[in-house]
Amino acid sequence: MTLGRRDVVQALLADRGGLLVVAGLGSTSWDCTAAGDSPLNFPMWGAMGTAAMMGLGLALARPERRVLVVTGDGEMLMGLGSLATIGVQQPKNLAIAVIDNERYGETGMQATHTASGVDLAKAALACGFRAAQVVRSARALAAAKAMLLKRRGPVLAQIKVAAEKLPLVLPPRDGALLKARFRRALLGEAADAE
Amino acid sequence: MSDWPLDVHKTLRAAGVSVAGYVPDAGHKRLIELCQRDRAMRAVVLSTEEEGIGLAAGAWLGGARSALLMQSSGVGNCINALGMVRECRFPLLLLVTMRGEFGEFNPWQVPMGQATAATLSAMGVVVQAAARAEEVAPAVDAAARLAFGSYAAVAVLISQRVIGIKSFQEQAAR
Repeated sequence: MTLGRRDVVQALLADRGGLLVVAGLGSTSWDCTAAGDSPLNFPMWGAMGTAAMMGLGLALARPERRVLVVTGDGEMLMGLGSLATIGVQQPKNLAIAVIDNERYGETGMQATHTASGVDLAKAALACGFRAAQVVRSARALAAAKAMLLKRRGPVLAQIKVAAEKLPLVLPPRDGALLKARFRRALLGEAADAE
Repeated sequence: MSDWPLDVHKTLRAAGVSVAGYVPDAGHKRLIELCQRDRAMRAVVLSTEEEGIGLAAGAWLGGARSALLMQSSGVGNCINALGMVRECRFPLLLLVTMRGEFGEFNPWQVPMGQATAATLSAMGVVVQAAARAEEVAPAVDAAARLAFGSYAAVAVLISQRVIGIKSFQEQAAR
C-alpha cells in the first residue's frame, strides 16, 4: 500500500528529541507543521532549491546536533548540485528525507523528473553520501528512520508517497520570526543579543 | 604591492567568520587558499553560488558567521534566494570580484558585470565598492560589522582594477 506523506513525516518526527528540522517549501513545510509546530523547525516559504544547503550550513554550525532536511522531490531537484556539495563536506550529522510524490504539488500536480525514474538516492550515493535508499513501504520506512536519525551522515532517503492534495496546515510565515524563534530555541536568549 | 587577500582573511577571522562558501574565481584564488588552510574556518566549495545563500542562512540559524566568495557572474545565480535573506533578515556577507567592469576582455562577462550592483540593490543588498587594493580589507571589515551587527545583507564589490587581469592568456597563466 502506498505511503501517505503526513503519516511518513509524523513517523519521522515522532519523539524527535533535539532534532533540528529544515522543511523545504510547499507541502513538506505543511507536513512538518501537521506533525507538530516547533521552534526547532525552519519551514521555508520560498528560496526553492536551497533547503539541503540550509541543512548543511546548520549541520556545520552545530556538529553536535542531528539535522534533518525534509523536502519534496521538486525542491530537491532544483538544488541537485547541493548533493555534490554535501558529499564533499561529509557532514556526519546531516540527513535528508525527500518526500517524493513525483509531482509539483503546489502548482497543479505536474509530474517531476522522479516520475520518469530519476533516482535521487542513487544520485546521492554517486555524490558520496554514506547511505541512501528509496523507501516504498511502512517496513522500509522504519529502517529508513533509523538511518536518517542514527547513521553517520550524510544520508538520504527518497520516500515514495501518494500524490494527494491534503488540507493546508500552515506554520508562521513571517521569516524573521521563524529565524528568531529557531535561534532562541537552539542557542538560548543569548542569541537575541548577538 | 598590497597583499589584500591576506588582509581580508585576517579581517574575516577577526569578524568571527567560521564558514567560507565559494565558487572559484581567479581574483579570489589566494583568499580561497587562505581560507582552506585556516583550521578555524570551514571552506565549502559550491556547485553554484545560490547554494551559498542557503549555506549562510543555515549557518546563522546555528549561530555561525559566514562569508561567501564569488565572481560578479555568480551574483545572478543568487537572486531568488536573496529574497529569503531579506524576508528573514539574515546577515549576509558577500565578497564579489568584478568582471565586465574595468578593462574586460570577455564580452560575455559584460552584461552581468554591469548589472551586478543594480541587481543586488534591487534585492535589498547593500552594495559597497572597493576600487583599490588597500581599500578592500577596510571595506570588508565595515561590511562585516554592518552584516552581523545590523542583520544586513552586504556585498563588497572588488573592482577588476584590483584583480588586474587583462587577457585570457594572463588569466590562464595564473
